[in-house]
Amino acid sequence: MEFFQSLLGPFWPVVWTLVKIVAIVAPLLLGVAYVTYAERKVIGYMQVRIGPNRVGPLGLLQPIADGLKLMMKEIIIPSGANKKLFLLAPVLCMAPALIAWAVIPFTPELVLANIDASLLFIMAITSMGVYGVVLAGWASNSKYPFLGAMRSAAQIVSYEIAMGFALVGVLMAAQSLNLVEIVKAQQGASFFSWYWLPLFPLFLVYMISSVAEINRAPFDVAEGESEIVGFHAEYSGMAFAVFFLAEYANMILVATLSSLLFLGGWLPLFDFAPFTWIPGFFWLIAKICFVLFLFLWFRATFPRYRYDQIMRLGWKVFIPVTLVWLLFIGGMMQTPLGYLFH
Amino acid sequence: MMNRLNAFFKSLLLIELFKGMALTGRYLFARKITVQFPEERTPMSPRFRGLHALRRYPNGEERCIACKLCEAVCPALAISIDMEERADGTRRTTRYDIDLTKCIFCGFCEESCPVDSIVETRVFDYHGEKRGDLYYTKAMLLALGDKHEEQIARDKAADAPYR
Amino acid sequence: MNLETMIFYFFAAILLFAAARVVTARNPVHSALFLVLAFFTAAALWVTLEAEFLAITLVLVYVGAVMVLFLFVVMMLDINYDLLREGFWSNFPLALTVAVLMAAEMTLVLAGRNFWANGNGGAPNVHGPGYSNIKELGRQIYTEYVYPFEIASIILLVAIVAAIALTLRHRKDTKYQDPAAQIAVRRNDRLRIIPVQPDNKLRPQAADATPSAEQQS
Repeated sequence: MEFFQSLLGPFWPVVWTLVKIVAIVAPLLLGVAYVTYAERKVIGYMQVRIGPNRVGPLGLLQPIADGLKLMMKEIIIPSGANKKLFLLAPVLCMAPALIAWAVIPFTPELVLANIDASLLFIMAITSMGVYGVVLAGWASNSKYPFLGAMRSAAQIVSYEIAMGFALVGVLMAAQSLNLVEIVKAQQGASFFSWYWLPLFPLFLVYMISSVAEINRAPFDVAEGESEIVGFHAEYSGMAFAVFFLAEYANMILVATLSSLLFLGGWLPLFDFAPFTWIPGFFWLIAKICFVLFLFLWFRATFPRYRYDQIMRLGWKVFIPVTLVWLLFIGGMMQTPLGYLFH
Repeated sequence: MMNRLNAFFKSLLLIELFKGMALTGRYLFARKITVQFPEERTPMSPRFRGLHALRRYPNGEERCIACKLCEAVCPALAISIDMEERADGTRRTTRYDIDLTKCIFCGFCEESCPVDSIVETRVFDYHGEKRGDLYYTKAMLLALGDKHEEQIARDKAADAPYR
Repeated sequence: MNLETMIFYFFAAILLFAAARVVTARNPVHSALFLVLAFFTAAALWVTLEAEFLAITLVLVYVGAVMVLFLFVVMMLDINYDLLREGFWSNFPLALTVAVLMAAEMTLVLAGRNFWANGNGGAPNVHGPGYSNIKELGRQIYTEYVYPFEIASIILLVAIVAAIALTLRHRKDTKYQDPAAQIAVRRNDRLRIIPVQPDNKLRPQAADATPSAEQQS
């Protein structure tokens, strides 16, 4: 390493940061590919099928085959479309999902940028994901994608509020905006000291609104696979694949966030011998996988929400619930029972 | 009032959602019913209506007498037949084509045939790679009949008591 | 020129370009998007000035929420570009006056004594690594500036209520569904199970047929 350092001289910090970025993004994209595989397998199993099993052993090469297929396909740009924005939209969808990983800690030490306000940073960055959706619908110059984009954007913007309030509860309890500090504040004897228990209503609201935020079943009115025409109806080939990747990258991001904020991040299940032997990194991965499995389970179980009911749920149920619980936490923290919420 | 309260807490605690998830969760471990198609196949009826074939008598003479009943009954107009008198004075087809892109596999041709010449076999996994590949001529249909004669005869015998 | 200055000039150049394009772009959607870019680079500049909370809030509020609604409106408008450009020269003097006024105000602020008070050439004081901008901001807002803060929030609340009151109207002639009422419906509200007596008068044979059917089963 020192050899490279002397070789590159002043450019060393730039190169080293790029190496770190690749070290995060490459496994992430591989993870994205295999989340699609896991989705097809899990939903298949829940529907008494066996899912993909032809490409490679147990179908493990299926995502690679899918990726190759999408790369080979032609990107069709509709004749009336705004070409630049049409091609910019998938990038705008994908970029926030990747940028947010800059501040995600994997262990107390393993984090690309341990900034003070990392939770706020993530909220700010993820709130930009909606531009990709809106632009995709508008630049297609086609009425159905446009309507789909409007639906989707309204949904994302609405659920961001409930999600933000749920996160406010977490930062009240942890008294910090730093993700490392938030996980450290959950340290305790067992998984009962993690924030999912004292902040249970907020945990539920966060889980449900994050599903809505990433436009997944049962809130997938943005693009209901075969039934509803969505914002990327005009996209094909790799341009479509980028939207697809963005959706799954967002899924992993949201799962990671809920593991960090509510499920104790890298903390072991119980704080004694056999559990503490496993490194924290693997605990975090296990929790992310658990939350991802929950998302797939939701998709296999619930029928799609009607659009007006989605809006009602976001504005008239989740926001009041979170506000009430925030007041409750704030009040409780002033009483002797406040230690329960720290 | 009590009912309303009950319903409120039921929906607040997501009871019914958890019930639904428990159900799908159980099915996650249920025995899978997928049939691995090319290796495993589901049982088939002797009356299965798949790809067509023209049969011959055991002495090698083709059965078809060009009565054109099948051409007449075909609802999709998929069959076209030309005929002429052969040297030995029998009535024979010179052309017997089935356009499988038109065919709806209703089985009327087989039902109408007075000499059990045109039949539908159990073959259903065939394909064509270019346009025209699914236009089957008399020679192709006769070859199919020769290839599957054993199976066809068995199916006909199995179905005979019900006719 | 150190790295920080280079970063500053880089972002400043993008910011100026984006701001110029906001007013020169012919397509209003492009203008709105350049405004987003301008906000974003402004946020990046604020980060270099140690105002990370304000920077993130700028992205969160303006980029993440306000501009999305803006885009919504702009995208749905059917704009005739020629009509938009028609009144340019007649409005030009007014626009020029406003621009000159703004430039004058900014000059007054930048040339004012308070702006250069800390001797850093306009830059904020440099703090150590343990300094938390957010904590400091919270303390200031809820102690020193608590009254202005509360008054501002009440004004905003009034604005919200007023906006809703102005736009909310119940049209009697539209038939819309009330999802809350639909969800609140229970089985017993709509379903009534009535014990039905078989009407033997209408079916004279039924009396004979029923016992035999029972025997068979």
